[in-house]
Amino acid sequence: MTFVERTIGSLSNGMNFAALADDSTRFQGGILERVDPRIKVVGILAMIASVAATHSLLAIAAVFLLTASLAVASRISLADLARWVWTPVLLFTGCIALPAIFITPGAPVHGSWPVTQQGVRTAAYLLLRAETAVSLSTLLVLTTRWAHILKALRVLRLPVVFVVILGMTYRYLFLILQTALDMFESRKSRTVGVLEAPDRRRLAAATVGVLLSKSYHLSTDVHLAMQSRGFRGEVYMLDDFEAQPLDWCWLFFFFAVAATVIWVGR
Amino acid sequence: MHIPDGYLSPSTCASLYAGATPFWVVSLQKMKRRLNTQAVPLLSLFAAFSFVIMMFNLPLPGGTTGHAVGVAIAAIVLGPWGSILAISVALVIQAIFFGDGGVTAIGANCFNMAIVGSLVAYAVYRLIAGRTPIESPRRVIAAAAAGYCAINASALMAALEFGIQPMLFHDASGAPLYAPYPLRIAVPAMMIGHLTIAGLAEMIVSGGVVAYLQRAEPALLKTTAPGAGVGREPVSMRPLWIALALLLILTPLGILAAGAAWGEWVPDDFSTPQTRQQIAAVSGNEAAPAQAPAGLQKLATIWTAPMPRYAPPILKSAQLGYLLSAMLGAGLIALACMGGAWIFTRLRS
Repeated sequence: MTFVERTIGSLSNGMNFAALADDSTRFQGGILERVDPRIKVVGILAMIASVAATHSLLAIAAVFLLTASLAVASRISLADLARWVWTPVLLFTGCIALPAIFITPGAPVHGSWPVTQQGVRTAAYLLLRAETAVSLSTLLVLTTRWAHILKALRVLRLPVVFVVILGMTYRYLFLILQTALDMFESRKSRTVGVLEAPDRRRLAAATVGVLLSKSYHLSTDVHLAMQSRGFRGEVYMLDDFEAQPLDWCWLFFFFAVAATVIWVGR
Repeated sequence: MHIPDGYLSPSTCASLYAGATPFWVVSLQKMKRRLNTQAVPLLSLFAAFSFVIMMFNLPLPGGTTGHAVGVAIAAIVLGPWGSILAISVALVIQAIFFGDGGVTAIGANCFNMAIVGSLVAYAVYRLIAGRTPIESPRRVIAAAAAGYCAINASALMAALEFGIQPMLFHDASGAPLYAPYPLRIAVPAMMIGHLTIAGLAEMIVSGGVVAYLQRAEPALLKTTAPGAGVGREPVSMRPLWIALALLLILTPLGILAAGAAWGEWVPDDFSTPQTRQQIAAVSGNEAAPAQAPAGLQKLATIWTAPMPRYAPPILKSAQLGYLLSAMLGAGLIALACMGGAWIFTRLRS
């Protein structure tokens, strides 16, 4: 496979995941979909932080099971979660954690085996924490519209202008991804035979350069459009979320789980 | 390079969030002051651009491919403060929406790639590019070096963060709670990949993009090229010659250093009691062999330098010998470079 095809594959995957996650109708009616985005952002972040802080493998495993249950209740298929999250994380973190089983100093698991108890525990910590944290953040992303997540970040006291930059980046991300994809596809359709290595590098650098140039000019156009609509540098944001009593119950639930996890593994 | 959740302790993550915050605040203020209303769309589009660049598969020598971060390009086009913000925003979106890098590790990833990467890239680019014209080939070399150094500085930061985890955080049984490898494993493991594949990818894309922009869009390179000459003005070499002269004068300082350089021994050193003591002192009190190893003895006589140990036989004073050796060595290198440049110019014309 040529680098053009690989890059097309990489960009397509990015586009597909982004489109899937932003499809507001996909998980409609799920249990988490109805929760106020601010509550979800704060609650899930608290759970991720508790998973990072706890010293108990059992507590992390329990949060992992709870996350899987919440995913099912939110109409997210476990098979999809396994394909998007669990397998890639298992492969990546597994490769990193595997040598630790052998080289971490400690008591052997059995007789003269080179595997140590401490090694197994440290690998389990790494793997379970990574799987649980990524599952939780995926749960947030798949049950909340991206624009709502960005708006909800305001509860973390992020400056408005930073949240607006995040929102605009997210909006133009699709456009730049599509532009890059179009550039590579058009190049592929015009290429006969195999490009030599230096030509491939020149093509890659020139493509990045063209993309940079397009991004810059687009930013100038967007700036002019914003100015023509009255933008003078002050950023305002409509804050139209309204937490219901059930949302506060969810917040209590998230915090209770996070506190329990930290307390169990203190 | 994107550190996932679970690899760093909460206290490390919190420290790196705290370390990154002042840079974000200053960057935001500087960009708003410099660009006013243009800051928001420019940073947004550059963040989106940086995000997409990280998805490119770049062809590398040897048939492999690698990903670039694009931090040097951002630092060259936007300046260090703009680059810090654009890369940070791209990393935040990657972490939250694409699971690339952990949510708890956003501070660490931004500190390593956006802050350290941008500042190193900018410093290296400005240092090498100097005041050369926008279209100078030196700027391409500067950009390539900036990309290479930036990605490796970022990787080193990440390796240090990984490496300190097992020293500081373990459970009651002694099992490391987070990244399990100590510095002696984490640093080489991270750096080998970055000094070769990832560094090369960043080098190619940074140098290549600046070469492209020089031809197609030179205006984009002007932000970080204050005082860049127009056309091919000769660059003053005076500061370089002054610095070289200063270094030459300071060379006898090397004599003040106590002990001997480890591994730079000659056969005679093994039979001199004083040198044997020095060898043992720098080798963990391991006594040197009674005689020089046979291989060393044999190969050491193949070539006899005219000025062994920077001490020309005609001079009695060690300081003068050092100075003379430095002048001669620097002169020979300068002559070789001038000769090479002359040949290169002739070949091109």
